[in-house]
Amino acid sequence: MSEISTTVAPPLPTATEKLQFYGMWAAAAVVLVLLPHVFGSGGSLTTFSLIGISIIFSLSYNILLGQTGLLSFGHAVYYGLGGFLVIHAINIIGANKLPIPLPVIPLIGGLTGLFFAVLLGWVSTQRSGTAFAMISLGVAELIASSALILRTFFGGEAGVSANRTKLFKIFGWSFGPQIQIYYLIAAWTLIAVIAMYALTRTPLGRMCNAVRDNPERVQFVGYNPHVVRYLAFCFSGFFAGIAGALAAINFEIANSAYLGAQQSGTVLFAAYIGGIGFFIGPIVGAIFVTILSLGLSDLTQVWQLYFGLIFIAVVLFAPGGITGLLMMHRPLVKAGTLRQVLPSYLHALVPTLAMIAGLVLAVETIVHYTVNPGDDSHIKAFGIPFDAASPLIWAISAVLLVGGFLVARKDWVRIREAWDRAGSIEREKDVTA
Amino acid sequence: MLELIVISTLNGILFGMLLFLMASGLTVIFSMLGVLNFAHASFYMLGAFFGFQISRWFGFWTALLIAPLLAGAIGVAVERFGLRPVHRNGHVAELLFTFGLAFVIEEIVQIIWGKSPVDFRIPSSLDFPAFTIFSTNYPAYKMFMLLVSIAIFAALLIVLKKTRIGLIVQAALTHPHMVAHLGHNVGRIFMLVFGVGTALAAVAGVIAGPALVTQSNMAALLGPILFVVVVVGGLGSLPGAFVASLLIGLIQTFAVSMNGSLLGAFGPLSPAYASTWLADIWGVTIAQIAPIVPYVLLVLILIFRPMGLLGTRDT
Amino acid sequence: MSAAIELREIKKSFGNIPILRDINLSVAQGERHALIGPNGAGKSTTFNLISGYFAPTSGSVLLRGEVISGLPPYQINRRGLSRSFQVTNVFANMSVWENLRCAVLWSTGQRYAFWKNVDNLPEVRERTAQILADIHLTKRRDVPAGLLTYAEQRALEIGITVAGGADVILLDEPTAGMSHAETERAVALIRRLTEGRTLLIVEHDMSVVFGLADRISVLVYGQIIASGTPEDIRGNPKVKEAYLGEEAA
Repeated sequence: MSEISTTVAPPLPTATEKLQFYGMWAAAAVVLVLLPHVFGSGGSLTTFSLIGISIIFSLSYNILLGQTGLLSFGHAVYYGLGGFLVIHAINIIGANKLPIPLPVIPLIGGLTGLFFAVLLGWVSTQRSGTAFAMISLGVAELIASSALILRTFFGGEAGVSANRTKLFKIFGWSFGPQIQIYYLIAAWTLIAVIAMYALTRTPLGRMCNAVRDNPERVQFVGYNPHVVRYLAFCFSGFFAGIAGALAAINFEIANSAYLGAQQSGTVLFAAYIGGIGFFIGPIVGAIFVTILSLGLSDLTQVWQLYFGLIFIAVVLFAPGGITGLLMMHRPLVKAGTLRQVLPSYLHALVPTLAMIAGLVLAVETIVHYTVNPGDDSHIKAFGIPFDAASPLIWAISAVLLVGGFLVARKDWVRIREAWDRAGSIEREKDVTA
Repeated sequence: MLELIVISTLNGILFGMLLFLMASGLTVIFSMLGVLNFAHASFYMLGAFFGFQISRWFGFWTALLIAPLLAGAIGVAVERFGLRPVHRNGHVAELLFTFGLAFVIEEIVQIIWGKSPVDFRIPSSLDFPAFTIFSTNYPAYKMFMLLVSIAIFAALLIVLKKTRIGLIVQAALTHPHMVAHLGHNVGRIFMLVFGVGTALAAVAGVIAGPALVTQSNMAALLGPILFVVVVVGGLGSLPGAFVASLLIGLIQTFAVSMNGSLLGAFGPLSPAYASTWLADIWGVTIAQIAPIVPYVLLVLILIFRPMGLLGTRDT
Repeated sequence: MSAAIELREIKKSFGNIPILRDINLSVAQGERHALIGPNGAGKSTTFNLISGYFAPTSGSVLLRGEVISGLPPYQINRRGLSRSFQVTNVFANMSVWENLRCAVLWSTGQRYAFWKNVDNLPEVRERTAQILADIHLTKRRDVPAGLLTYAEQRALEIGITVAGGADVILLDEPTAGMSHAETERAVALIRRLTEGRTLLIVEHDMSVVFGLADRISVLVYGQIIASGTPEDIRGNPKVKEAYLGEEAA
């Protein structure tokens, strides 16, 4: 190694840093193994399983959006096709008693996703931006509609099902109980996350980012942006297929909903809310969205509405997602100016919460009147009982909503001022350093 | 046979004009604001539901006037408080905002009016057969829909060709950046364009509501077709949108009314293939394929002629 | 030895509007050639034509004797021609280091490799470090390119252009918007980085042109009205009338 690369180039990771890095993955594996011992209920295991599937799916989506700048409205196609093929594969393998155990099956889903991505990807990735989004929508609608026509493969409205316990057993596991499915999903999640992270550290991964930032310049450093996008598309389809396969194994069924617009929309929500600018963003988003959709649906009838409103709020106010919001504070932590902004957050918390409470109250009351007008007006929203028929409720929600907004507005200005102060202090430190 | 063709042509043109009412707004919004309004079909749906509700209270004709104004007002608010702040976060963010908006509007409609179709009736003043072709009565309401669409189309043409604002819109269709450079109050023009575009979609909703089914999945069903129309016609081209609207309107209508299949034409496959996917394709009728045809068209156009049939700009 | 760049009877029209009318130009290997002319003469169009951004309406572009007109930019780049942009065109969200590294990847044979760790490639590190030192941005190595000062971005722009090792370099107004001191530094950088390579440069700053160029071509309304050494050009009456005026640099 020449003198130039030791003095000029960024330092290579030291042995301790490497140890920390690999240690982190090992720790993650340990956490995954121990998780069921801490949260052992059937419901928790199902939740973890769903989260794992969602993590793989959302990360695969972010290969397109966050890393290569490709907004797809039809990613569920590769997820769904992976799921369908796996169901058929399980049935065929089970019927012919082939010695292929269940843990290998998700690979079949991945290869399915890869196959279709290879097939459809070249023309899909010819353009990026709005054209790509439209093609992805068109292809998705095409395939989703075909699903209802090709009934033998897709099983019509009911879908196709399989029995995952019929396969060749290894370690004596039949994969009937949810705990075994959890370990299967956890293992594949870890493998997939490591693989997708490794991809970002390759020359292809770097050029994906370059294509996202400036496809024109990419041409002038010798790369064909179309090929870069195509390869990203293929990898994305592969991992989406794995996620779809795990979903099919988990539910033992695949139906046209796997391919549909709602599924494509959900993964988009998860990746974006988590934050598409960072690798762990979609992981955070997957956990957040899965828990929210499971939890909210118990608390309120219209959880999907809240979902949509949260998404719009993120697009409007926090386009970097949850991870983006958190990472925004990194320079403040480094400069030690975090305590400049924290008090303003606390100050804004109460009026903002009041505003949200007013909104929720209004929504739930309206829902009561429009959806269940005949029911008893004493309803519970988010576990809090109140009487929807009482005019007091309307007054309270109006006060909370309007009053909360007016007060919160000032506090949001305060937050911005606090950030400005923190920025000035940081710049002063830079100058004097 | 001739009867089928004539009726289908009339229906096809009608459907095409409805599509154009929406596609025209979408095209102009895309050209001026650079954003493909995912929620455009949602305003169509809002028009239908507002029309239904207002006609329940005040009668159809009031609804025809008020519903689009209401929807247009919401459109103006969406542009001012939603799109404008998001604009600085880039095109992806704008597209995602309209996507989220479409989702939320559908949820709200479901909450207020439910998931089943609502009983939006043709006003009794228009509920009679206009004329009889061969043996079928062609309803007067459909002629009314056709007349309204043509009237609005004519008004649009006049506004575009003869007024100053129309001139600006025409310029923005092909050279959107220049409009700002020319010193016009861009903010106000954008609000106006978005408001008018969404109001047009709402008009389509009000008049289509009684004839087609008024249900909370209207937007999800029609939305993708709308994109196909706009992309096939050429983003930024109003004549292209017109041609594509009629084209797709006719194709859809004819495909649904005809009922051939390979099965019908060539007889059944041998029993050995009876339960395979080959049998599915063999037995599929043209009517079943009808929903897919626009998407095939979309994908083909995007591959082979990305500027659309008459478009002058690339996406 | 064939010319590094040759334009033969190049015509380029956009719709019905002719921009370049019958251009013939030859740049020898190792030569530093400046292309000057008033605004709107077609200099950027010529660059875009040579680098493959679009194809000529008629005529051909040759690189070391091989026809390249009609090839896409990335293929022209792989044949050893690289260009910079008038409006800074870097990867704004990536650090300076990563920007330069992207420019180096193809020429070190990495292609679309997805099985290697990019941080473990010694040749890539070497080359990137070398360019970083050459353009004097070592202290700003980890700064996102979008946050650099204007002059730093222009330096990075030049760095990206030469990093791949191309031997024919096209620079489009590299000193635009720079102060006198910044311009001097930029010229020294350009001279050093294009040592032994062919350089075609578009410039408005006459001191840069006359200080750097071996030969100069003057483009006016899509036609080359004069081509020769700096002395020839300085004394050429047509050029004075069309562009330089009486106060030559």
